[in-house]
Amino acid sequence: MWEFSTDRPIYLQLMDRLQLRIVNGTYQPGDKLPSVRELAQEASVNPNTIQKALSELERSGILYTQRTNGRFITEDAAMIDKLKSQLAEEQLVEFLKKMKDFGYEPKDIITLIEKHSQETAAD
Amino acid sequence: MDTILECKDLTKRYGSFTALSSLNLSLEKGQIIGLLGPNGSGKTTLIKCMNGLLAPTSGEILVGGYRPGVESKRILSYLPERNALPDWMKVRDLVHYFQDFYADFRTEKAFDMLKDLKIDIHKRLKNLSKGTKEKVQLILAMSRKADLYCLDEPIGGVDPASRDYILRTILNNYSEQAAVLISTHLIQDIETVLDRVLFLQDGELKLNAAVDEIREQRGISVDALFREVFKC
Repeated sequence: MWEFSTDRPIYLQLMDRLQLRIVNGTYQPGDKLPSVRELAQEASVNPNTIQKALSELERSGILYTQRTNGRFITEDAAMIDKLKSQLAEEQLVEFLKKMKDFGYEPKDIITLIEKHSQETAAD
Repeated sequence: MDTILECKDLTKRYGSFTALSSLNLSLEKGQIIGLLGPNGSGKTTLIKCMNGLLAPTSGEILVGGYRPGVESKRILSYLPERNALPDWMKVRDLVHYFQDFYADFRTEKAFDMLKDLKIDIHKRLKNLSKGTKEKVQLILAMSRKADLYCLDEPIGGVDPASRDYILRTILNNYSEQAAVLISTHLIQDIETVLDRVLFLQDGELKLNAAVDEIREQRGISVDALFREVFKC
C-alpha cells in the first residue's frame, strides 16, 4: 500500500512514484512494467487511476506500449537522464524556496550542504 | 460504456418523511463508486431500492436495465449492512448455500479467501466475532461474478489489516464488466480505491464527481471535502 498526500490528484502522485522507480533503476530501460492490475494491487489504488497515470507517462514518451505485450520503459537512456535532472531540479527549487523562507541566502545554503556532507562522510 | 444503474426521479417516502427525493443518477460499468453521506441521508434506502427490498414511492430504478426482480438479482451481488444469513450455519455450509443459490458463485475463490483471512470454516457464523462475521459476508458477496456489487458498510467492523485485504480483494475483483458501489463513512480508508463519489444529503444527490477531479479542481481530498460539505 502506498501513501498519498491529500491535496493532489492521485494519478499525479502515481506518476511521481513510477518516475522515481525509473530514474533510480528499480525499473531498467527496456523493462516490462507490471500490469495495471498488479500495480493497482500493490498501491491499493483504483485500476482506472493507474491507467490514467500510465497513459500520461506514455504521452511523455518515458513508457511505450507494445501491442498485446504490455507496457515497457523507454530504452532511450538520454530521456531517462533528462527526466532525472528534471525531477532533481523540481526538488531543488522546492528546497531552495523553503530555505529562503527560513532566511538563508544561497551561499549560506552551500556552506550548510558542504558541512553536512563532511559530517555524514565522517560517520 | 454500459449503464449498470439508473435512477429516474426516484422518490421514497416513509409516511411524511422523504428519504429519497427525485433522485436522478446513471452509473456506468468499470467503476468503483463510493456512496457517501451522513447518517440518515438515504444511502441504505437507495441500496434497498436497488435490491427490491423497498419499493419506490414514485420514479424508477433500473439495474442493468431491469426493474428490481429475478433478473436484476441475478446480476447484482448485495452485502447488507446487517447480517441476513442464518447464523446457525457453519461457514463451509454457507459457501455451499451460496453456490446452490447463485449460478455465478465461485466456490473455489470463496474458500481461497476464507483461507487467506484464516477463518475457521467449521465454525458456526454465530460463534464468530463481529469483524469475522463481516468478513465472511463480504467474501460471500465478492465471490459472485456479478455485474454490480452493492456493499453497504463493508469495512466498518474489521481491523485495519483485514481492511487492506478486503480493499485489495475488491481491486483484484475489478473488471470492466462490473461496477462496485460501496457505502461507507470511512472515506479516508477507501479514497484511493474509488473512481467516483456520490454525496447524498437529505435524500438528494449533492455531488457526483470523479475523485481526481475533486482533488484537481479543489486541491483537497474527498475526505476533506466531505467534512466541508457536511460540517455540523
